[in-house]
Amino acid sequence: MSRTRTPVVAGWFAGDGDDFRLLGTRCRACASVFFPREEFHCRNPGCPGGGDLDEVPLSRRGRVWSFTDSRYRPPSPYVTDPELPWEPCTLIAVELKAERMVVLGQAAPGVTVADLTVGMEVEAVPGVLHEDAETIWTTWKWRPTGVTV
Amino acid sequence: MAADGGDGVSGEVAVLGVGMHPWGKWGRGFVEYGVAAARAALADAGLEWREIGSVVGADTVRGGYPGYVSGATFAKALGWQGARVTSVYAACASGAQAVNTARGQILSGLADVVLVVGADAAPKGFFRPAGGDRPDDPDWLRFRILGATNPTYFGLYARRRMAVHGDTLEDFAQVKVKNSALGTLNPYARYRKSVTAEEVAASAVVADPLRLLDICATSDGGAAVVLSSMGFARRHGAVDPVRIRAVSTVTPRYPTTVPDLPDIATDSAVAAEPAAATFRASIARAAYEEAGIGPEDLALAEVYDLSTALELQWYEDLGLCGEGEGAKLLRDGTTALGGRIPVNTSGGLASFGEAVPAQAIAQVCEVTWQLRGAAGDRQVERARVGITANQGLFGHGSAVIAVR
Repeated sequence: MSRTRTPVVAGWFAGDGDDFRLLGTRCRACASVFFPREEFHCRNPGCPGGGDLDEVPLSRRGRVWSFTDSRYRPPSPYVTDPELPWEPCTLIAVELKAERMVVLGQAAPGVTVADLTVGMEVEAVPGVLHEDAETIWTTWKWRPTGVTV
Repeated sequence: MAADGGDGVSGEVAVLGVGMHPWGKWGRGFVEYGVAAARAALADAGLEWREIGSVVGADTVRGGYPGYVSGATFAKALGWQGARVTSVYAACASGAQAVNTARGQILSGLADVVLVVGADAAPKGFFRPAGGDRPDDPDWLRFRILGATNPTYFGLYARRRMAVHGDTLEDFAQVKVKNSALGTLNPYARYRKSVTAEEVAASAVVADPLRLLDICATSDGGAAVVLSSMGFARRHGAVDPVRIRAVSTVTPRYPTTVPDLPDIATDSAVAAEPAAATFRASIARAAYEEAGIGPEDLALAEVYDLSTALELQWYEDLGLCGEGEGAKLLRDGTTALGGRIPVNTSGGLASFGEAVPAQAIAQVCEVTWQLRGAAGDRQVERARVGITANQGLFGHGSAVIAVR
């Protein structure tokens, strides 16, 4: 059975392995970066205006701004299998130095809050959000750079 | 700053009446709670419903269509009498938006006396986004992609405080200890039982490092206030009413630096330098500026303790202490009843649970009782100035300064 791999949101990330990147947009007029991507209007009120927004890959690595986890099953539209017991899911907020912004994401499988500290370096890696009969829904995950899988 | 309370000089409005329906999990509709609170506020003001010139409802998204048009829903339930009607929504800040709308109508001369009502009937479990597939809705996306419930954001903020400021789990637990003790003194609170630090530590972790008793519940409840012009108040015989001197309803300034609910990322500061004050700090700052006072003038504060850790953050954002000194203020007893600046004398969200559109109005009710000297066993001595503060999803600041 061949299933398609489909990003949970189109256009937010691309690439495999070491080439994986989150994708934002950048204003041609003021260089502001946006993630999630802005397609039509720059949101910087100080922007001189008139600039188009181009797709731009975000830094692959950043530092942990904070972290937490979900000990209880989140409600829909988060997709879970009610037949299976809920496994806590770790969330990480990551500070990207070049972009001067903080981006949330789930941690890579197996990474728990006990493995994390604020300031630790992590990188964006491809991951699977959930799977059904036809589709493997893909997403981004944050993984400590010291960890080998 | 004018202190005579004259019409159109000081820009103040009078709080003629306040009323609440007790918070709880009553299993009935929001209209019932709102009407009970409205009738209590009218009775407190000594006014008949027919004398109200305008009604402003703070909307709930959980009551179907009647919740989206709550002003009319409450007006109909109280008995149509032709009053001007407005309904507003600003998530957790809805109540403050409703108060501000009423104030604007009074100060502009559109209405002399206005009834403000908010009520909610909360479902069991986590708040969740409205139904349907909406990939252009940040609130839908954070659940779909991350499973990020409200408590996970509270967990992020709490962990950040521990790492940056050295706050401890014990500090967080002591916020619950303080607020639950105050809640036992408030007949409108849902939880009226003292909680110990051991009980907090023994409760289940919901979003590391926060436990069940660190996080506020969701509740049913209703709150209402009757506001009027200072002239109406005088003619009505209210000699020395509590007055609302400022209402802050500010939005953030680009670029944001803290990942706020329901966003998946902050703005980028690569092309614009962030403002010196965070969004939450700017909420209070705008209120102080409008009122012509500072944090040193406050006798009490009601803040939005969605989590225990967030209450400590508010101490700093209100300027009650320097950045990172919130836990010290708590440990010193400064924010307890009898301290220099008691915070959440009502018992806070820790004792109420959140009834979203009613909560910011309930904060004003508590400050009003305190400034009247009518807060019973939880009375703050010589209370003349109080502030309320909260933050609604999607960039809604909310703070009210009341004086007497």
